[in-house]
Amino acid sequence: MATQLIQLTGVSKNYRKGRETVRVLDGISLGIDKGDFVGLMGPSGSGKTTLLNLLGGLDKPTEGLVEVDGRVISALSPGALAKWRSSNIGFIFQFYNLLPVLTAARNVALPLLLTSLPASRRKQHVNTALQLVGLTERASHYPRELSGGQEQRVAIARAIVSDPPILLCDEPTGDLDRSTADEIMDLLQRLNRDYGKTIVMVTHDPRAASFAHRVLHLDKGELGAPPEETPGAPGGTSP
Amino acid sequence: MNRFTLIWRNLWRKPIRTVFTMLAVLVVFFLFTVLEGLRIALSLSDVGIEAQERLLTSHKVSLIMMLPAAYQSRIARLPGVAAVSHGTWFGGRYQDNPEFAQYPVVAEEYLALNPEIKLSSAQRQAWLANRGGAIVGRPVASQYGWEVGDRVPLRSSIWTRNNGSNVWEFDIEGIFDDTDAGMNAGVVLFHYDYFDEARAFGKGTVGWYVSKGDGSMPIENLMASIDAEFENSPAETKTNTEAAFAQEYAQQFGNIGLIVTLILSAVVFMILLVTGHTMAQSVRERIHEMGVLKTLGFTSGSIFRLTVLEGLLLILPVGILAMALGRAALAFVSGAMGAMFPAGLHVGTQSVVLGLALMLAVSLGSVLPPVIRALKLDIVALLRTA
Ligand SMILES: Nc1ncnc2c1ncn2[C@@H]1O[C@H](COP(=O)(O)OP(=O)(O)O)[C@@H](O)[C@H]1O
Ligand SMILES: [Mg+2]
Repeated sequence: MATQLIQLTGVSKNYRKGRETVRVLDGISLGIDKGDFVGLMGPSGSGKTTLLNLLGGLDKPTEGLVEVDGRVISALSPGALAKWRSSNIGFIFQFYNLLPVLTAARNVALPLLLTSLPASRRKQHVNTALQLVGLTERASHYPRELSGGQEQRVAIARAIVSDPPILLCDEPTGDLDRSTADEIMDLLQRLNRDYGKTIVMVTHDPRAASFAHRVLHLDKGELGAPPEETPGAPGGTSP
Repeated sequence: MNRFTLIWRNLWRKPIRTVFTMLAVLVVFFLFTVLEGLRIALSLSDVGIEAQERLLTSHKVSLIMMLPAAYQSRIARLPGVAAVSHGTWFGGRYQDNPEFAQYPVVAEEYLALNPEIKLSSAQRQAWLANRGGAIVGRPVASQYGWEVGDRVPLRSSIWTRNNGSNVWEFDIEGIFDDTDAGMNAGVVLFHYDYFDEARAFGKGTVGWYVSKGDGSMPIENLMASIDAEFENSPAETKTNTEAAFAQEYAQQFGNIGLIVTLILSAVVFMILLVTGHTMAQSVRERIHEMGVLKTLGFTSGSIFRLTVLEGLLLILPVGILAMALGRAALAFVSGAMGAMFPAGLHVGTQSVVLGLALMLAVSLGSVLPPVIRALKLDIVALLRTA
């Protein structure tokens, strides 16, 4: 376990709901290797998104430590965390979260505004990312002119454009039909296998989960044993 | 793609809304500028320094009642008086235009007392040499297209000539500039002798006296001593500074000015409110996107700057253009109606600064509250907004 990239130790998360405190995550400890592809399943409201947010430094645990690459990110200031996120994490959401006022290429270029790369290099990176997701010819389209699958590809291109080692996906196929979902999963698999991205993916879809090397189950704020029936879908498990 | 692209694209998020907002800003600041110009013109707030030192002596009962010409030498004899001359309201109009100011005066005396009247010496000589000659303030000359050498008829509402006509003709011998924006800026001046001989009645009277102190006594004392000189005479006098007269004269427009100001302020306020509301709305629409930007690593500070700059971009360029157009409109109107606004219509630095301050207030006032509220939320809360 020398190459453990992500390490959670005794992580709990409480939310305040009115005058009540709700414990969404309860003492979670978890290690994720570099290059791993982890699926995260669980019923709605079980805290999957919350866990992903903690891994990505969008939120801070109430208790416990979140370490990434030996750095306790749960202790960073908001500014330092923002900077850390921009170079370490690519987020992929269920509803893509593209900016409607920007073309595909400009959406992809967005994270590069935070770098000191010259314009020509930024353009190069954007082209590479769009090529990788197979959307070069849609570069100047606006999100409203794209299909859901295409939007998600743009979102993936945006997530990888600054070449972060970690991709966090929150139900990336949740809004897509089956064949489009398969295409997206192929893409994520390629990013994991060929480009060494470490991926943590929340999903409800057993088919999508079958692309992961391993699947964790979250229930009532705790990581538990997977239910008995295992999904049998294409994509295979580990290489 | 750079940060400006992001600001620019956000600005045009809903193009029709942006266009309408910009149009509203254009209208508001155009109106604001024109209104400011009118307000300043009607308040005569920039009456020059000469007018504050000159004294005007009129009939105690009314400015339109005449004083004996003999008063001139009595005023001149009073201690503390350096010079005295006189003027009379002629009440003429050119063709169908509104009545404006013309005074019959004693040329050399009057010019000496009113050094702000700038006339070339050639034109001055020509005027002195021509009994029927007149000189004209530049605003009036430009409005009516008069040039030196023209012979122009003025129809007086007061003065009839010996021959029964009330149309008087004058040769334009000079066009002068007035640096003081006082009561001479847009006036026609002609010779009193010629006027007095030719008028059918009122011979030997003048409308008012203009005088200047020699500095040996306070101006208030001088005013009092002039009026004391004519106390208990058939024509008692009232003396004040020319500036105070101008102010009093402006009062009659003052109320109109005030009403116009109130109405337009209300309109401006309403449109600003609507504009501000629209801008605030446009910021609220993208709270979720702010969460996305933060997820990507944008800091609250940079999102704040992007949004504020966008708000400024929506208001300032169009607002500044509107004020420039307003100034052009004022210049046009004062060119076309020089007799009505002899001192011209302008807005000064103060109004420009006030306009810019208004623009900043609308822009920041509508953008800051929603942005600050949004950026107080943490990322998770921003992302959870629809
Ligand atoms: N910012 C928040 N404030 C209050 N409650 C929250 C917040 N985020 C999540 N929750 C609550 O925590 C629980 C888990 O949410 P979430 O992690 O989104 O679940 P999942 O993604 O597994 O559906 C839910 O009950 C949700 O209402
Ligand atoms: Mg969720």
